Amino acid sequence: MRTILFEMKESMLIALRAIRANKVRSILTMLGIIIGVTSVVVMTTAITGIDNSFKNGISALGSDVLYIDKWAWFSNEDWWKMRNRRNLTMDDYEKFKEAAKLPLAVAPVMDTRQTVKYRDRRTDDVMVNGSTSDYVKTTNFTFAAGRFYSEIESKSSRQIAVLGSEVAKNLFPREDAVDKTVKIGGVNYMVIGVLTEQGSFLLGSFNPDNQVFVPIGTIFKNFANHLHSSVTINVRAANPALLEDTKAEAEGLMRKIRGLSYDEDNDFSINQQEGMMETYNSIAGVIQIAGLFITGLSLFVGAIGIMNIMFVSVKERTKEIGLRKAIGAKRRTILGQFLLESSTICIMGGLIGLLLAILLSMMVNQFIPTSIQYSAVVVAILISLLTGVIAGFAPAYTAAKLDPVEALRYE
Amino acid sequence: MNIINIEHIAKIYQVGTEEVHALSDISLKINKHEYVAIMGPSGSGKSTLMNMLGCLDTPTSGIYEFKEKNVSDMTDNQLAQIRNKEIGFVFQTFNLLSRSDAIHNVELPLIYAGVSYSERRERAKTALIDVGLKDRMHHKPNELSGGQRQRVAIARALVTRPSIILADEPTGNLDSKTGEEIMILFNEIYEKGNTIILVTHEEYIAEHAARIIRLKDGLIEKDEAVVMRKVPVVREGIGVAGSKD
Repeated sequence: MRTILFEMKESMLIALRAIRANKVRSILTMLGIIIGVTSVVVMTTAITGIDNSFKNGISALGSDVLYIDKWAWFSNEDWWKMRNRRNLTMDDYEKFKEAAKLPLAVAPVMDTRQTVKYRDRRTDDVMVNGSTSDYVKTTNFTFAAGRFYSEIESKSSRQIAVLGSEVAKNLFPREDAVDKTVKIGGVNYMVIGVLTEQGSFLLGSFNPDNQVFVPIGTIFKNFANHLHSSVTINVRAANPALLEDTKAEAEGLMRKIRGLSYDEDNDFSINQQEGMMETYNSIAGVIQIAGLFITGLSLFVGAIGIMNIMFVSVKERTKEIGLRKAIGAKRRTILGQFLLESSTICIMGGLIGLLLAILLSMMVNQFIPTSIQYSAVVVAILISLLTGVIAGFAPAYTAAKLDPVEALRYE
Repeated sequence: MNIINIEHIAKIYQVGTEEVHALSDISLKINKHEYVAIMGPSGSGKSTLMNMLGCLDTPTSGIYEFKEKNVSDMTDNQLAQIRNKEIGFVFQTFNLLSRSDAIHNVELPLIYAGVSYSERRERAKTALIDVGLKDRMHHKPNELSGGQRQRVAIARALVTRPSIILADEPTGNLDSKTGEEIMILFNEIYEKGNTIILVTHEEYIAEHAARIIRLKDGLIEKDEAVVMRKVPVVREGIGVAGSKD
């Protein structure tokens, strides 16, 4: 036991000396591992980051909310067929709201993209949602300031708005937004509330914090071209357990309202978070597999570099190996020595790669959210160790098997 | 007591389709505290015999007993252990680790023997002092002269207190003056009770031993006791203690 410990220490010393003696060569060899580990770690942190932010974002949709829409958000249904569907109208909504028994809340949504201005500040391409006061009940909104509009305000189509956190931040970087007047598509609205941040989506251009909510009547009033657009009906189930029942009821009711006969297909879609989750998971799965494959490939190339250089190292030090065997080094000692050397190169490369990955992640974080985890550190070190052992094994085994007589004679 | 007992050993190499009898039939005994020189022209089998004696190689047939233990059918690891504990090698080309200082080179066999750091250092120091390198302990091989390098190698051979010291052409890479100094050192080591086996092709060097075994074509041609060549009158300043090479 003690002998093994001394041998390990000696091997470590040899490894460090060998690496120091061949600095350029060692660094070039390490480069393969550095690139491999960097890409693996950046990839994992990016995937984890995207995952977290998506899940945060999607939770804003609510797992117990149905979205009755002309369009299926995530499906393979024929686009043309959906396009030719009749629009959902406010009338459909009124009838649905009247008849539906199970929902906790029902709200129509009509959206438009507009520029929002406050004095000399502006923010473009904001999603402006028109709805009723019930809308807030179909969400999990919390308010940073102010409140949502009331039923009376909604019905009388008052020129009032609730701002998403990003819109508020853009227009009112240093002041309170409530009670200020903003221009939405050129029309004045008074801000009555600001939402707290909900976290951003990555897929698509939908950012839940870059929204404004106004009474639905004001949309029809101010943006006449939307008069004939399709409405989305948001339906919140009384609780998640009742979601399926609520969905069944909604489907039946909508078919009746739309006057579909039994042999006609639905001319509307009932969307829910689950579908989004599924779509996301399938996309993320592909990204993950592709990413891991590519990064795995770079690690593989790095490993080949290590193996190559270890073979060279064994060849160069044949005489030294012969001497060590002559004075009593056993096979396992020599094997261990070279394994330790390749592992040391790999772990050094891994640590440098990790450092680079952390810096890179910080940079990437400006564009897509990343999340460096302690597990990534452990994984990086384990991966480099594993690479070192696997890549170093064949050369080390060759060294261990050398005949001392032959090795000593080698010039 | 016999340290080495060899009976009818042969070593046959397969070179292509041809069998080469490096050693045909060799029998010999070497006792404790002997100073033996093995001589012979190249191709006589002296290197093969040396590898055999040094447990670096095993015979094709015959018996090789080292301290009454049969070496012929030992495993690689057992041979490594014998080499580590019982044999001190001195090579023509010194074979020092170029990146390690003298003391680390000397303590190397002790690492493989599992000796603790402090004891290792102590013994390596003593060995280096014994070969006259008290002031060169932390020099690397490239900072030492040829003679000094060979002294480091000798210290490395001595440090495990082996049963035999096996020196293969130890003066082959040294000029004659330095070579003579190394031979004086071997004499001293022998006087302290060690057993030395010296492989050389130079008559002049072999004469330092007390027994000369002459090989020819894989056989022992002659095995005779000789009068040890007395150390020549040492010119002032070249003695072991001085070691000014």
